[in-house]
Amino acid sequence: MHSRRLVLRFPREIVDKPIITSLVRDCNLDFNILKAQIFPRKEGMLVLELRGTSEDFDKGLRYLEEAGVQVEPVGQGIRRDEQRCCQCGACTAVCPTGALHVVRPQMEVEFETELCSACELCVKTCPVRAMIVTFDKAIA
Amino acid sequence: MGKYKTYAEINEKIRNGKAVVVTAEDMVGIVKSKGAAKAAKEVDVVTTGTFAPMCSSGAFINFGHTSPPIKASKVWLNNVPAYGGVAAVDLYLGATEPAADDPLNKVHPGAFEYGGGHVLEDLVSGKQIHLRAEGYGTDCYPKRAFEKDVTLKDLPYAVMCNPRNCYQNYNCAVNVSKKIIYTYMGALKPNLGNANYCSAGQLSPMLNDPYYRTLGLGTRIFLGGAQGFITWHGSQHRPDAARLAAGTPRTPAGTLMLMGDLKQMSPRWVMGASILGYGCSLMLGVGIPIPILDEEMALFTSVSDKDIVTQVKDYSFTRPEPICEISYAELRSGSITVEGKEIPTVPLSSYSRAKEIAEILKDWIQKGDFLLGEPQNMLPTVPRAGVK
Repeated sequence: MHSRRLVLRFPREIVDKPIITSLVRDCNLDFNILKAQIFPRKEGMLVLELRGTSEDFDKGLRYLEEAGVQVEPVGQGIRRDEQRCCQCGACTAVCPTGALHVVRPQMEVEFETELCSACELCVKTCPVRAMIVTFDKAIA
Repeated sequence: MGKYKTYAEINEKIRNGKAVVVTAEDMVGIVKSKGAAKAAKEVDVVTTGTFAPMCSSGAFINFGHTSPPIKASKVWLNNVPAYGGVAAVDLYLGATEPAADDPLNKVHPGAFEYGGGHVLEDLVSGKQIHLRAEGYGTDCYPKRAFEKDVTLKDLPYAVMCNPRNCYQNYNCAVNVSKKIIYTYMGALKPNLGNANYCSAGQLSPMLNDPYYRTLGLGTRIFLGGAQGFITWHGSQHRPDAARLAAGTPRTPAGTLMLMGDLKQMSPRWVMGASILGYGCSLMLGVGIPIPILDEEMALFTSVSDKDIVTQVKDYSFTRPEPICEISYAELRSGSITVEGKEIPTVPLSSYSRAKEIAEILKDWIQKGDFLLGEPQNMLPTVPRAGVK
């Protein structure tokens, strides 16, 4: 089984097409929607976890690209400013997936982007604003 | 316990590059393997560190006389109000002061994006700050308004002066109510959802000298990346707190007033903080060298997280009494059990940065760049067991 968290961007021309339905039916993938948003200029953004065999997964990605959907890993849109992060651990109180967690006994805070569900709770919980989110900015 | 060393003797060793300096973390193992008596003979200085939000911080700033002169009674730095009720162009900027146009908690929980702590960070980073002042006008200070962009370099005087830092121990915060609360101890989820704590534990300065035998006016320290000093006991300093047999307090106890030249500091150790729903603050790095004058100091500095405890307290105003007592070893393990429920622990104080400070301080001392300051006036304390 292959599982990944992805950010899908839908240009306005295709935002009303049943793309995810086809993805699930034709490519045999399980999905879990973590976040969905439509921006004022009608572009859509979907954060979802896709699960399936490696083969089906690749087929799904090809289908999405052919349909005109931009696919990015979640980690591309949410990242940590390593200079600012002071390794306190305050973010771990709110991170629901454990993407932000304390490595013991060193007590260093690790950010595993693959586990991030893009909930953004860490952004305002981090006292020094080290978490930077860019994936929900509308397509230019 | 015989006296082994004086400050002068240790400083002589530091000058000659012969002082043996270890961090408080390393001292745990040294005393365990060699015993306190031997460790006291071998080790000269133990370095400590802490990096955490320290709200009771700020700076005295003088921005230089204007022409014609102004008695600046109201002052803003990047629109953050500073206290102008000191002489003409002197001011005090507090770390928790939010910008004048901050929406505060009008939409709860407020973000508190920019405040006094952020101004301090921007100054220390060399960034330009917009200074605005108003005066009521006098014969000697006729100017009524003044505005200027300044950097830390332009300011004739900028001294960090913190009335309460380095709390010797602090509560572990939980929430027994049914809704999330946003506190200065971070976000606390309902029904004991998480337990937040804020101390460097075995690395924390005042936990390594529980009765303040070496702390007082003139103790030279690491403050915000520069050399600073302890100048007094801090506000809410409470030496009479309940203690364990070894002397470490079981609740918040001692505090320190610290001072240092802002111009020498570094933004790595002076960071503005925004605490959701609570307000602005300052993340500050402090390190204190503890001279190992005798066996007792060796024993004190060998304290480890399993030997330090704190109280688990409800921050929702539902349960006034502490719920239970817990050790820092348990807190650092990642979860604690409170009333039968296992709950995740969340540190607010950076242990890795605390360790980095202890290492830097060790390095400064080993290189002979940092001499111990012998305190000229000790902090208020309580008698310790077995000592008259």
